[in-house]
Amino acid sequence: MSWLVGTGLTRYGRHEGRGTLDLMTEATDLALADAGLARGDIDALVCGYSTTLPHLMLATVFAEHYGLHPRYAHAVQLGGATGFALVMLAHALVESGQAKRVLVVGGENRMTGQSRDSAMQVLAQVGHPVYEVPLGATIPAYYGLVASRYMHEFGSTEADFAALAVTMRRHAMQHEGAQFRTPITVDDVLASRPIASPLKILDCCPVSDGGCAFVVAAAAEGPHPVRIAAAAQRHNAQHVSAAASLTDFGAGECAAHALAAARRTLAEVEAAAIYDSFTITLTMLLEEIGLAPRGRAGALAQEGRFDADGAMPLNLHGGLLSYGHCGVAGAMAHLAEMHLQMTGRAGVRQARRAGVALLHGDGGVLSSHVSLVLEAA
Amino acid sequence: MSESASFDWTQGGDGIAVQRCRACRHAWYFAREFCPACGAGAPETSEASGRGVVHAATLVHRAPSDDFKALAPYRIVLVDLEEGVRVMGHADPGLAIGDRVRCTVRRIAGRPLPHFTKDSS
Repeated sequence: MSWLVGTGLTRYGRHEGRGTLDLMTEATDLALADAGLARGDIDALVCGYSTTLPHLMLATVFAEHYGLHPRYAHAVQLGGATGFALVMLAHALVESGQAKRVLVVGGENRMTGQSRDSAMQVLAQVGHPVYEVPLGATIPAYYGLVASRYMHEFGSTEADFAALAVTMRRHAMQHEGAQFRTPITVDDVLASRPIASPLKILDCCPVSDGGCAFVVAAAAEGPHPVRIAAAAQRHNAQHVSAAASLTDFGAGECAAHALAAARRTLAEVEAAAIYDSFTITLTMLLEEIGLAPRGRAGALAQEGRFDADGAMPLNLHGGLLSYGHCGVAGAMAHLAEMHLQMTGRAGVRQARRAGVALLHGDGGVLSSHVSLVLEAA
Repeated sequence: MSESASFDWTQGGDGIAVQRCRACRHAWYFAREFCPACGAGAPETSEASGRGVVHAATLVHRAPSDDFKALAPYRIVLVDLEEGVRVMGHADPGLAIGDRVRCTVRRIAGRPLPHFTKDSS
C-alpha cells in the first residue's frame, strides 16, 4: 500500500517562454505545498520524458535543477501511459521499502516549444519506422483506422464519439485551468475540420504546455492522503499493424487485474478517470473496461452518466480533450483531479461519491496500458 | 533484418514480403530473423499475392509533412492479406471495410509504397 499525499497541477495551454524544467518545477512546488512537505523530505524521483527536452537522463537533470539528492531516480518512457506507470513505479518503490516519499513529475512546453508539424512528426514515431511512418501516417490516422473498425463492429456513430467531446468540454468549463472552456455541441464536433476520418479536430486532444506532479508516500501523512490500492499494466503490440485485434487491446484485462489486486469489483467503482487522447480512445477504453456496454458510451454521455452528479463521474477536469495534453503530464491531470475529488476539494466540480476510483491510461496506439485503483482514506 | 528479398517494397521492390515460421507456421509482416510466436530461427520469406480484404480505413486530411500535404486527403487502410498477415497501405479513396483489394507498389510522395485498389477479378 502507498498513499498519494500531494498533487500539483498547472493550468494547461500556452505557457510562452517556459521550458520543460520550468513547468516541472512549477508543478513540483505545488505538489510539495499540497502535501505540506519540503524538498528535503523527498528521497526518490521518477519522471517521464519531454519531446522538447530530449535527454538520456531527465530524472537527474531535474533533480540537479530543483536541488534534490534522491536515493533513487528513474525516467520512464511509455508514451501517454507514462504518467500512471510512474505512479505504479512510485507505489512499488514505497511498498518495497526503497523509498519513503517519491516525487512523480511531468511537464513539457509541447505547444510553444516546437512547430505543429514538428509535434505531429515526433508523435507519429510511435508508428513503425519502416512499415507505417513512411506512408504519411499520423497518430490521428492510426486512431482513425481503429475508429473505422470500431464503428463497423459495434455500430458506434460519429455523433456518439462527439457526445464524449461535448461532455469533456462541459466539464472543462468548470475548471479555470483548462485550455478550452467555450461550450460546444455535437453538431459543432461533427462540423469541425476533418483530420483523419472519422476523426475531426474536436475529436482530438490539443497540444498543450503544462506540468503536473505528485508525492507518493509510505505513510498517510499530511492533510490530503488517498490510498493507492493497486496498479497493473498490460502491453500487447506496439504498432497498430501488429495488433491482434482493433477492438480488444488489453485494457479490460489490465483494469480487471488492478481491481482484483485491490480486492474490488467494477461495480464498486464510484468515479473514473480514463485516457481520452481522441474520442475513439475514450469510447474504446470505457467499453473495453466495462464502464459502458459496447457501442453505448456516447449515448450514456448524453444521458449524463459521466457528469459530476451522474452514476459514473468521469474526467471532471475536462480530460485531455479539453483540459489539454502536454505529454507525460497530460494524463497525470486526470489523477490530480481525482485526488481533489476524493478529498472533497473539487468545489463546483465535486462529485457526490468518489470513494473508490479506477484510472486507466494508454500509450502509443492503445499499445501500453496502466490501470490504478484508489480508495479514499 | 532477415535475408533481403528483392521483391520487398521496403527494399525498393514491387511486392510485399511475408514471413512464415517453418516450425509453427505462424505468419507475420515486420521482418525479423526469428518467429515472434515460438522463437524458431530461419523463417521462410515469400512474396505475398497482394490480395486481401480491407479491415480498417481512414482518410487523412491533415498530413504530417509537405510531401504528403500535396496529396491530402489520401486514404490509408489496413488490409488482411490472404497469407494471414495485416498490412498498412495507401488505397483508392472510395475503398471501404470489407472490400476485396489487390496491391501494387507505386511511387507516392517520392517513395515506393504499397497501394491497394479494388480487386475485380
